[in-house]
Amino acid sequence: MRMISFIWQFGEVALAVAIAPLFAGWIAQCRAWMQNRSAPPLTLPYRVLGKLFRKDAALATDASGLFRTTPYILFGTMVLAAAIIPSLATDLPFARAADAIALIGLFATARVFLSLAAMDVGTPFGSMGARREMMIGFLAEPALLMVLFNAFLLYRTTALPSLVDGYATHHQGMDPSVIFAAVAFLMVLLAENGRIPIDNPATHLELTMIHEAMLLEYSARHLALVEWASSLKLLNYACIGFALFVPWGIATHGAMPGLDGAAMLLIAILALGVKLVFSGALLALIESLSAKLRLFRAPEYLATAFLVAVLGLLAHLLLGANVHG
Amino acid sequence: MPIFHAILSSSAAGPDGDLHRLQWLIGAWLLIGTAGMLRPRSLRYVAHWLFPLGALVSLGIAATAGGFLAVAPMTRQAAGMAAQTQILPLGLPDLPFHLRLDALSGFFLLLLGLAGAGISTFAAGYFRSGTGSAPGLLGLEYHLFLASMALVILADDAYLFMVAWETMALSSYFLVTSQHRIPEIRRAGFLYLVMAHVGAISILLCFGVMQGGSWQFSFQAMRSASLTPFWASAAFLLALLGFGAKAGLVPMHVWLPEAHPAAPSPVSAMMSGLMLKTAIYGVLRVSFDLLHFRLWQWGALTLALGLFSAIFGAIFAAVQTDMKRLLAYSSIENVGLIFTGIGLAILFDASGMPLFAALALTAALVHALNHAFFKSLLFLATGSVLHSTHQRLLGKLGGLIRSMPWVAVLTLVGTLAIAGLPPLNGFVSEWLLLQSFLFTPQIPHAFLNMIIPTGAAALALILALAAYVMVKFYGVVFLGQPRESSLTHAHDANWMERLGLGWLALGCILIGVLPRLALRASSAVTSSLLGAKVHDGSFPWTIAPVAAEQASYSGLIFFVVIVAVVGITFLLVRLLAHGRVRRTPAWDCGYPWQTSRMQDTAEGFGQPIRHMFGAFFHMERELPSPSDPAPQYRIHIEDRLWRAIYQPIARAVQWLADKVGVLQGGRLAIYLLYSFLTLLVLLVFVL
Repeated sequence: MRMISFIWQFGEVALAVAIAPLFAGWIAQCRAWMQNRSAPPLTLPYRVLGKLFRKDAALATDASGLFRTTPYILFGTMVLAAAIIPSLATDLPFARAADAIALIGLFATARVFLSLAAMDVGTPFGSMGARREMMIGFLAEPALLMVLFNAFLLYRTTALPSLVDGYATHHQGMDPSVIFAAVAFLMVLLAENGRIPIDNPATHLELTMIHEAMLLEYSARHLALVEWASSLKLLNYACIGFALFVPWGIATHGAMPGLDGAAMLLIAILALGVKLVFSGALLALIESLSAKLRLFRAPEYLATAFLVAVLGLLAHLLLGANVHG
Repeated sequence: MPIFHAILSSSAAGPDGDLHRLQWLIGAWLLIGTAGMLRPRSLRYVAHWLFPLGALVSLGIAATAGGFLAVAPMTRQAAGMAAQTQILPLGLPDLPFHLRLDALSGFFLLLLGLAGAGISTFAAGYFRSGTGSAPGLLGLEYHLFLASMALVILADDAYLFMVAWETMALSSYFLVTSQHRIPEIRRAGFLYLVMAHVGAISILLCFGVMQGGSWQFSFQAMRSASLTPFWASAAFLLALLGFGAKAGLVPMHVWLPEAHPAAPSPVSAMMSGLMLKTAIYGVLRVSFDLLHFRLWQWGALTLALGLFSAIFGAIFAAVQTDMKRLLAYSSIENVGLIFTGIGLAILFDASGMPLFAALALTAALVHALNHAFFKSLLFLATGSVLHSTHQRLLGKLGGLIRSMPWVAVLTLVGTLAIAGLPPLNGFVSEWLLLQSFLFTPQIPHAFLNMIIPTGAAALALILALAAYVMVKFYGVVFLGQPRESSLTHAHDANWMERLGLGWLALGCILIGVLPRLALRASSAVTSSLLGAKVHDGSFPWTIAPVAAEQASYSGLIFFVVIVAVVGITFLLVRLLAHGRVRRTPAWDCGYPWQTSRMQDTAEGFGQPIRHMFGAFFHMERELPSPSDPAPQYRIHIEDRLWRAIYQPIARAVQWLADKVGVLQGGRLAIYLLYSFLTLLVLLVFVL
């Protein structure tokens, strides 16, 4: 039984690593449709990764060991996050290694490593990107924490598996604070993953870019790992969102072992697929409808996210909603 | 097992064995210090013999304190050994020195010993013969400083406490001004001395209030004194002011960014890593031990001051251009975080929630321990950088990871730890602090339970700002291109320095990966002060302070999984693809003429902060016009509080001194007249 849960765990991680580029490809495809362009094939990200892995790495003369190890560390942190987030089931061995707050810390580790690597070669664009990325980071974290505070007030926990289980066992009506929190979370997700309106993943205009500026000196397998890690990060954020706000279909506590475990898991995989398809389309829609903000409008955008989350908190406390669990 | 421990420790050295051993060890420090005066000019003798010996004594203190804490509190309570006390045959006739070792002092001695060992090892390789004080004199001041800190922590009466406190202030003053030929350093030292004494007066008054009319100055008498809420509040406020001045709590922080950079790096490390903690110890001793009740207003005040200090420190650290000043402001931030934890603990305790109070206090204690490790590490690293480059300005450093790989790698550990990143130690305490914020909506006060949760958002902002500051620090000093051509010849630290840095880095990793170690030590404190302790996790490698379903964290799993995935990915990439590398010039979007001067500077990193938090600064800028043939860009940032609070006070003191100065006519006849008048007045009283 212990063995089988480790196998499930491994399967969950492998699935996340495998479908992350697909999710990115799906968003790109939706975006192209909405903008009336002919869409790239869904498999394009895989082909890009394959090409990058085959190429020779061109490394700047002064690049240090930090620069070369960072892609592996980024990939490692994102794989660990994928293992912790209950995207398919809550009863997996690594699920209790971190609560949602520790997950934010894990993402911060990845961010700091990428920023340091960007400063390593000493090009102006790299350090500019690093500075901007860290700036977005400190603006986004308060909002994200307030979202988690909302979740905590509902279910008395910040552990994602317990949140999902709590949702499954209490089928009360929806608390109004959830809507506020979901909006705030979506805004933070866009900012943290370098998407419009904060950053444009498709841009290569040097002066406006953030995420891409940090990757300028990377090539070949290093670039492939960084790109893979970023798509995995987007998937991870999406899965945190699902666990917080739409945890339907995730196999809950006690459902895992046994014979119908396989059936539950099949449902979970299907549910995850459906959610990813819809959320990818939603992200593409948001990106098509909005324009990129100037860099110094980013504080206003993230302050809005923060205030929305605080409103949720106040709504919960003022309405005196009964605390579940 | 715990019983076995208890038997072992009692059979080995009697019930007060730990305290006895600690006295011998403190005596050894004093002896080592005095031994330095035998050959004060011999650097080899002082550096190669005395400082390593001092490091061994530090380890002994840590081991004794750790052994004392390791015996389970319940066992000790049952055996009547909750505290070891002793009265020394020293002091004034009616005021002997009292010593006491309990869980709180044990924890802080552990901190002092562990971090002190690393600093002393580093110092053995650091001091060079130069223009400043003689090595032997430095050794004396250094070990006196260590011994006085240990005595502050062990003191059990106000008299010994104040004597040790003043010794600590004076020995550190002389250490700060060891380069006394430089006027800025003398000025910084003077400011430090003034603030230290303002604080000391406040602490003295606090003890005066707490003796409650009994005129007994032992802490035992203060514990049994019953104060009215008014006088207890007065005592608490005086303690907060006095200890806050030593800890660098805003607005008593002004000396800190001046004095820490002025001192030699091992001394900066001791002041920031260790001495600030004695102030934390003082606040905890007064508020949780000597005063027998706590009001929620105290907690709210401490929490507000702590959060404000933390934000203030983080923002100012982000705009600094001198690496040691940057670290000094970061100390203000970290002290703010510790006070935030203490404030929450008082709030929870006053609201009758001992478990949450224990959680918040654990966060504060663990953060104090962590800060001792990573801040000492970073200050020492700046010392190595200073020695090999003779530069403190961030604008003239860069690219040192290539010429100083050892220092760079060890500093990276400290940088990641202080930035609060898992799986290192800084994250553990910050996570605990965030966890304790989650329970603030349950505080039974209508407004507090809505306002304080937003404090958690402020905390998140502070933590992320700290990461920003540390990326700036590490990126500008160690990464990128050398900004000056001389930097390519920088040499790495020597072996003793590496050993000291390595010890502290090891502490950062160990507490981060196995946080249970630090939590067990702090649980001994919380159970003796609050009668509650946080829960252990269900596995030895996880912590789950309230309940496993509520939140858990495992540094070990983080560490192992990341390392394993990095290894496996590396192997897979090598096996399935290849490992070919071609070295080329940096691409930089195809711009071939880039130089090291085009890199982002420390000022550039400060720019978004200046833009967003402009209200905090008093800023003077000189922006050259585009047509200027010799453009000079200059920016000067000052602390608003300096103008708002300190300058008026300084002016008032000056004004008063001028008025009093009128008495000093400078003529002998007038002075004789004063004596005559005084005699007359006295005669009137007597007759």
